[in-house]
Amino acid sequence: MLEIKNLHVGLEEEDKQILKGVNLTVETGKVHAIMGPNGSGKSTLSYVLSGKDGYEVTDGTAELEGTDILDMEPEERAAAGLFLAFQYPVEIPGVGNMTFLRTAVNAQRKARGEEELSAAEFLKVVREKAKSLKIDADMLKRPVNVGFSGGEKKRNEILQMAMLEPKMCILDETDSGLDVDAMKLVAEGVNALRDAGRSFLVITHYQRLLDHIKPDVVHIMADGKIVKTGGPELALEVENNGYADILAEVA
Amino acid sequence: MAALDDVQVKEGVDQETVEAVQSVGGKYKYGFETDIEIEYAPKGLNEDIVRLISEKNNEPEWMLEWRLSAYRRWLQMEEPDWAMVDYPEIDFQDQYYYARPKSMAEKPKSLDEVDPKLLETYAKLGIPLKEQALLAGVEAPEGDRRVAVDAVFDSVSVGTTFKDELAKAGVIFCSISEAIQDHPELVKKYLGSVVPQSDNYYATLNSAVFSDGSFVYIPEGTKCPMELSTYFRINAENTGQFERTLIIADKGAYVSYLEGCTAPQRDIAQLHAAVVELVLLEDAEIKYSTVQNWFPGDEEGKGGIYNFVTKRADCRGDRSKVMWTQVETGSAVTWKYPSCILRGDDSQGEFYSIAIANNMQQADTGTKMIHLGKNTKSRIVSKGISAGKAQNTYRGLVSMHPKAQNGRNYTQCDSLLIGDKCGAHTVPYIEVKNNSARVEHEATTSKVDDEQLFYCRQRGMDEEEAVALVVNGFCKDVLQALPMEFAMEAQALVAISLEGSVG
Ligand SMILES: Nc1ncnc2c1ncn2[C@@H]1O[C@H](COP(=O)(O)OP(=O)(O)O)[C@@H](O)[C@H]1O
Ligand SMILES: [Mg+2]
Repeated sequence: MLEIKNLHVGLEEEDKQILKGVNLTVETGKVHAIMGPNGSGKSTLSYVLSGKDGYEVTDGTAELEGTDILDMEPEERAAAGLFLAFQYPVEIPGVGNMTFLRTAVNAQRKARGEEELSAAEFLKVVREKAKSLKIDADMLKRPVNVGFSGGEKKRNEILQMAMLEPKMCILDETDSGLDVDAMKLVAEGVNALRDAGRSFLVITHYQRLLDHIKPDVVHIMADGKIVKTGGPELALEVENNGYADILAEVA
Repeated sequence: MAALDDVQVKEGVDQETVEAVQSVGGKYKYGFETDIEIEYAPKGLNEDIVRLISEKNNEPEWMLEWRLSAYRRWLQMEEPDWAMVDYPEIDFQDQYYYARPKSMAEKPKSLDEVDPKLLETYAKLGIPLKEQALLAGVEAPEGDRRVAVDAVFDSVSVGTTFKDELAKAGVIFCSISEAIQDHPELVKKYLGSVVPQSDNYYATLNSAVFSDGSFVYIPEGTKCPMELSTYFRINAENTGQFERTLIIADKGAYVSYLEGCTAPQRDIAQLHAAVVELVLLEDAEIKYSTVQNWFPGDEEGKGGIYNFVTKRADCRGDRSKVMWTQVETGSAVTWKYPSCILRGDDSQGEFYSIAIANNMQQADTGTKMIHLGKNTKSRIVSKGISAGKAQNTYRGLVSMHPKAQNGRNYTQCDSLLIGDKCGAHTVPYIEVKNNSARVEHEATTSKVDDEQLFYCRQRGMDEEEAVALVVNGFCKDVLQALPMEFAMEAQALVAISLEGSVG
């Protein structure tokens, strides 16, 4: 599904390398987790994959289903099935959550040459999906992320993911700032979307999210590289011993 | 109007309307019969031209005299230059004041000859292709002499189709030239009573040469049974447009009036100087909404409409209430300050405005709230959006006169910048001469944020869609004040007018 080879990324504005040769392959239908200390480049990886400005790819490739995505516009990558649940979801004052969702869904359908959803169809689907994420009608009407609590913002990201039905879902610290109940809700939302045709890249700091979203593969990222890859047990190791041992081991 | 026969009917327009429009087609004011007529109105302005306009409209003597006195005043006046707009000097003798469009030979004969950009614009507005042809100014084939190329038929149709129903309610809705003939007592009493002939340079010019416009009278205690609307369209080249609108809401009357404006693209700038007068007697209420989409000039600032408009409401009666809502996306230069004179005790004025300036557009717009009576209230919500190299100025006056006991004003003035070559300016003037009056002013300036755009694009919207969404969010307070059907149109316009503003 997603194949990243030797990816080197620096900042456009200043002379600073952040990703220093990332290699990562996420197979179709699998859930991969990336863990790693703060500042290791996890968010940068997710931004570069989704096409945010300000980064410069100096070497390497990233392919989604065999297509190089690094030269595509962000919306083209989205239409191709790439989704990023943001670590810090953005507020858009005055734009109703529902309007935002419908604009996004229809923009992607249009880009793929599919018919737009009618208002009625859309409403039906969104209500259904919102319900399982405990997102009420009021939250659907409120402006996008404005005045949302941390948990509401993250649930809203999952709702968007559920509506857009992407093939490749990247979740950047979706668990941070969530209490146990909210995390369960989010994890259930993600699990409901697990599917043989859909892949996940779950970026997290903590093992606890991985208790709920069971990964197939766990990677450790440090200083712009994947330094270790293993099964779910690797996450437990981090939980128990921290990163120090692993980092020392690979150094 | 034979060409309308096979026009696809716009949603919400019934067959009766279409038929009514077809039947009045021949009367349409802008469609003068022949090329010869242009010889009667050579370029330039003098007393003879004023007489000619009056004569063409079959006006009575008193109206001609009124025009002539305005013309003589205008000769003594100087063009104002205090606004933050900069445009080449207008040669008032190089304009047509009464003309039909340039010779038919040079008009586009088919859609193929029409600027595709223009067609695209109409398509985006959801106007069906046949109507696009009308709007684009395509002439009908020989023998099909139809006039209303400017598909102004919405105003005609409402006024005509529902004439019976409106008449039953006692409502008069007709063109101002008809009103001058059929309701001279009302026109004499109110014309120029809100915007006096000598008010300002452009208003005085308008008083001398206005060609057409709408007239509305809502009798005492009547709620107008439907919304009234007029679509103005500048069509002729090199021709100044001077509409005059007069709306009178008698005691306890209510009306919602919609005004839409479009103009085709022209390389040469065109002058538009309209006057709108609203009169409100006791307990009357008027909602006046405008969606203005005159051609703004091209990316380099060539062409476009110079829009110098005087709009004023006089809340003469106690407890009367007026609400101006405007969405200004067009014009190369805008000079416009819809105002409220809050004369009656407990009267209220509201002003909701979205002004978008892109490319080389310049907008200097705002409002005046003149509090004269006791317990008068006013509210101003202004959203200015600048993109490209545009300059957008909000200029507002709130004045509490000595007798405006307990007067209240709240002003909220927000500016949004897209890119770093445009400008936003806020120029509030506040005069308070009564100690019990309160005036509140809040102003913010923000930029369209890259994080917001990236967030939208990651969800699949292209950059222009993303900007339109963010900007529509910024304008929400004002869009909500518009009648439904206009709100949709306005949202679409916001998107169109900001095209090319990013990236
Ligand atoms: N736009 C930016 N400007 C400056 N520094 C940046 C920027 N983006 C990332 N960095 C730096 O790159 C490193 C990696 O950041 P990030 O990808 O956010 O790490 P993580 O998500 O793993 O905590 C950090 O040192 C961070 O400060
Ligand atoms: Mg991060």
